[in-house]
Amino acid sequence: MGTEFKHYQHAHCESGVTANLLRHDGINITEPMAFGIGAGMFFGHLPFVKVNGTPGSTFRTWPGAIFKRVMNRLGVEMHTERFRSPEKAMQALDAVLAQGRPVGILCSVYYLPFMPEAFRFHFNAHNTVIYGKEGDEYLVSDPILEDVARIKYDDLVKARFAKGTPEPRGFMYYIKNTPANIDYEKAIKAGIKQTSWFMLSPPLPWFGNSAIFLLANRIKKYPQTLPPRKAALYLGNVIRMQEEIGTGGAGFRFLHAAFLQEAGEMLKRDDLLRFSEELTAIGDDWRNFAYHAARIMKARQSDLVSYDELSGLLRICGEKEKDFFKRMDKIKW
Amino acid sequence: MKINEVPQDPKNFKEGENLRKLMYAVDKDGKYTGVNSAGWEAENFAMKQAWDEVEQELAETETKVKAGELSPLAYFMQKTLMDVPLLAKYVGKWEWQVKRHMKPSVFQTLKPETLQKYATIFNITVDELTGFGK
Repeated sequence: MGTEFKHYQHAHCESGVTANLLRHDGINITEPMAFGIGAGMFFGHLPFVKVNGTPGSTFRTWPGAIFKRVMNRLGVEMHTERFRSPEKAMQALDAVLAQGRPVGILCSVYYLPFMPEAFRFHFNAHNTVIYGKEGDEYLVSDPILEDVARIKYDDLVKARFAKGTPEPRGFMYYIKNTPANIDYEKAIKAGIKQTSWFMLSPPLPWFGNSAIFLLANRIKKYPQTLPPRKAALYLGNVIRMQEEIGTGGAGFRFLHAAFLQEAGEMLKRDDLLRFSEELTAIGDDWRNFAYHAARIMKARQSDLVSYDELSGLLRICGEKEKDFFKRMDKIKW
Repeated sequence: MKINEVPQDPKNFKEGENLRKLMYAVDKDGKYTGVNSAGWEAENFAMKQAWDEVEQELAETETKVKAGELSPLAYFMQKTLMDVPLLAKYVGKWEWQVKRHMKPSVFQTLKPETLQKYATIFNITVDELTGFGK
């Protein structure tokens, strides 16, 4: 069993899987486009949800949302399914592969032997494509890798039925039907509107733009409330979430900026091109923040001044984005 | 980020250098394009720090197991990067039960089936589990 599947490397797993699956079905879409239409950019900081003992931060929307929104907005018919038993989940996967369809799955990175060990933590929201089967091995197109890979049946079962939060429970998804015509303008507009809304609207302090300030305030207090080793670990976790988890740098800002540029060119709108340039500059500010955070961690300093400055750098990102999304929200279509 | 600013600092630990990630950066005309990156000093440091923490805690636990303060369960739990809530989910028990099994005295009384369950989760044999630290 196998299909002719063309593998492209991408920056982020879910937008990458979405783009790869769509391209396979003849819809020529780039990763930034999938990410923007799917409104993938988000921010959240949950000090009370501890991930491996450190407060959780997120720079993206919840798993599965990008794929679902892109398919809805482009009018693509898809199938999604969760399973109770591994046997049923594997049978269902085999059946779809036998039809020659590549399948997207949700899995834990920890149980993917083809991933470099450095990345293999218990992270259960990884997306990858299975595009065929040879004997006991499945053919894998993992969007964040340069090349395709293989995985054994038993390992795939473990990855698909990993425990923890969120539990993938064998989640799989594939495209059933594609429309003859796609209204990209409508889809782009919906993606842009939703991203601005998500960043600005949540009235809760833990989500959207306000959460950036929440994190900035917390960082300021790290040296007072935490032992130096803990403070460094908390900072390190923020940087890992920002840079490491398939974002390709600066917490998805560059990805979203690339989307705005492509959208601006497609719809011939100079305002979107200018917004793209602006967001690129904001992405650089986030990089600057990460760079300084790493310097503090390295120097093992925990003096108030350095953490104060770092908090200030993050506030700059927050202020600029607040202004940015407020203006994006008012775009006339 | 401009193309020439895309960092190329290899990770050089735990096969991290084998993954050259794709990043989006702008060329000299301001146009976005995908560029491979070997890694970035800042993120490498954050990742190394997370692994160092894992290894440091693991070494501390190993000492405690050898001193008879903790059961081998604690060691293999950390070795597989789990914590008590996660291990409890895998083994299908309450967290307080798993915590109890970390006591050497309770660990010695565990049934063979329970030991086998733990060993399977850790991908080792029962002998490896019970024999650790002796």
